[in-house]
Amino acid sequence: MMSHLVIMPLLLPLLTGILLLLLRGSATELQRLINLAATLGLVAVALLLLIQTGEGQVEVYRLGNWSAPFGIVLAADRLAAVMVLVTGLLATGVLLHGRRVGSYFHVLFQMQLFGLNGAFLTGDLFNLFVFFEVLLIASYGLLLLGGGRNRTRAGLHYVVLNLVGSTLFLFAVGSLYGVLGTLNMADMAVRLAELPESDLGVVRTAGLLLFAVFALKAALAPLHLWLPGAYGYTSAPVAAMFAIMTKVGAYSILRVYSLLFGPDSGPAAGLLDPWLIPLALLTVAAGTLGMLACRRLSQQAAYLVVVSAGTLLTAFGLGGIDAVAAGIYYLAHTTFAAAALFLLADVISRARGEHADRLVTGPDLPRGQLLAGVFLLIAIAVSGLPPLSGFIGKWLILQSSIGNPWMPWVLAVLLITSLLGVMGLARSGSQLFFDTDGWAEAGPATRLSDLAAPLVLVLLGIVLVVYAGPLYEFSRAAATQLMQPSAYVEAVLQTAEAGRIR
Amino acid sequence: MEALIAIVIGTLTACGVYLSLRGRTFPVVLGLTLLSYAVNLFLFVMGRLTIGQPPIIRDGASYADPLPQALVLTAIVISFGMTAFVVILSLRARAEMGNDHVDGKESE
Repeated sequence: MMSHLVIMPLLLPLLTGILLLLLRGSATELQRLINLAATLGLVAVALLLLIQTGEGQVEVYRLGNWSAPFGIVLAADRLAAVMVLVTGLLATGVLLHGRRVGSYFHVLFQMQLFGLNGAFLTGDLFNLFVFFEVLLIASYGLLLLGGGRNRTRAGLHYVVLNLVGSTLFLFAVGSLYGVLGTLNMADMAVRLAELPESDLGVVRTAGLLLFAVFALKAALAPLHLWLPGAYGYTSAPVAAMFAIMTKVGAYSILRVYSLLFGPDSGPAAGLLDPWLIPLALLTVAAGTLGMLACRRLSQQAAYLVVVSAGTLLTAFGLGGIDAVAAGIYYLAHTTFAAAALFLLADVISRARGEHADRLVTGPDLPRGQLLAGVFLLIAIAVSGLPPLSGFIGKWLILQSSIGNPWMPWVLAVLLITSLLGVMGLARSGSQLFFDTDGWAEAGPATRLSDLAAPLVLVLLGIVLVVYAGPLYEFSRAAATQLMQPSAYVEAVLQTAEAGRIR
Repeated sequence: MEALIAIVIGTLTACGVYLSLRGRTFPVVLGLTLLSYAVNLFLFVMGRLTIGQPPIIRDGASYADPLPQALVLTAIVISFGMTAFVVILSLRARAEMGNDHVDGKESE
């Protein structure tokens, strides 16, 4: 009996999105409530999925009951379930931020969730492309909501770059299909193991092309330059939701390369080893320097997303169960923390009136102490100081690098950039809250309900600290599962056998 | 036949890359379109070039690979939609920024 739970994270946002499209024109508040209810439903579904995959089995869903290498499958293992849960929690936090963005916001939001969950759950490479396109087209719409000169320009760059990325993705998929004759990732892993020497060049080229595409999505240097503009100029809830988008790239790198080019995958093993860590460390350094040079808080948050993407990919690049587990823990933390910073930047920006979030001498803020307190909390989490989750995440990553030949570089770059990050955030904080001019006119006083969304996201980070032990154990289990792809392959292809008998 | 198709794909890709690196939105859109044509042809050819083969399995005979056709259909639909979107976006950028340069400012 196939469990229908696996497809629920796709169906729920898709149907809700269509429903919201029909409701367009009725009260926005109603749309928001439906959206929130559906997102909470998604969290519940993700929790059930997590419980079902928690024992280590891979739940496979055959669409239309076509058996595996011929039909398309969805496959949920621990990592996929974690990603869906993180997405759901993030979306809930973002929706609590009650700022009206535009009439199609809620529709596009659900479509974005549909694309994200699809990308996390699919077991088919071409399907991954399709879900990438779904989430991208929703993100184009979300990014451009509201309009404005800077936003349109950043949006144009984002769209064009991603269209080129999609083309490269198709070239890579086409070459892999031409050589391997399949697009089911489990089946591809089997065929790769017995690849004749003569086809190795094509597969390696296609593999590196795929890496370039995922690196573009994950904002890995030197392909990170689109991110600060796109995230820095869009509206706050959208930027906060996009905190998960770079993680889709990181997830795809982890999934595809552990399955197809992992340590025991035959002749094409270790394809990324010379690339991933140096580029990731370069990303961290470039993001930190950009962050120090920022003139606006939301742009600073965008550069911090670049830094976190680099840190995450450093962990994934180190390989091994410890590093990947640390990466998964860090992924959850950094998604929530970055989103909280974007939302808080919006709250601060409104409180400062026409100074917005530019880092210049501004007005005395009404309820400034409260805002400063929340900023301090989020800054601690983002920059990785104890006692919040960023510290544990970075600590785990640093610890897992011990014994790796890259250890000196990883330690040096991550520690120095952490210090610079603390300095950058401290400077922004003192600029925003202490360098004030009594004559400047402040915006409306911040209501407590405005702070609900960032605080909920901070609270999720605190949960990550309080339950750090069990959560780390779980990410270790997820990493272990990922490092032994044979079970995944067997699960996908064995259901194929069962289907054929039936 | 293979050589001809390969040259066509290569030319389309080269033109597409060149045009998408231009500074104004119209050539960029054209470049993206050419790139998507190239990739559609590429996907199509990945099932190998065959002539006079049945498109579905018939008792024992060899057949043309049907999957690339399905793939290319999906790719065409997606790239068509994306092209429409990027055309509209370029028009809006032209309206908001006052010129059609991708960076929003005329180069000196």
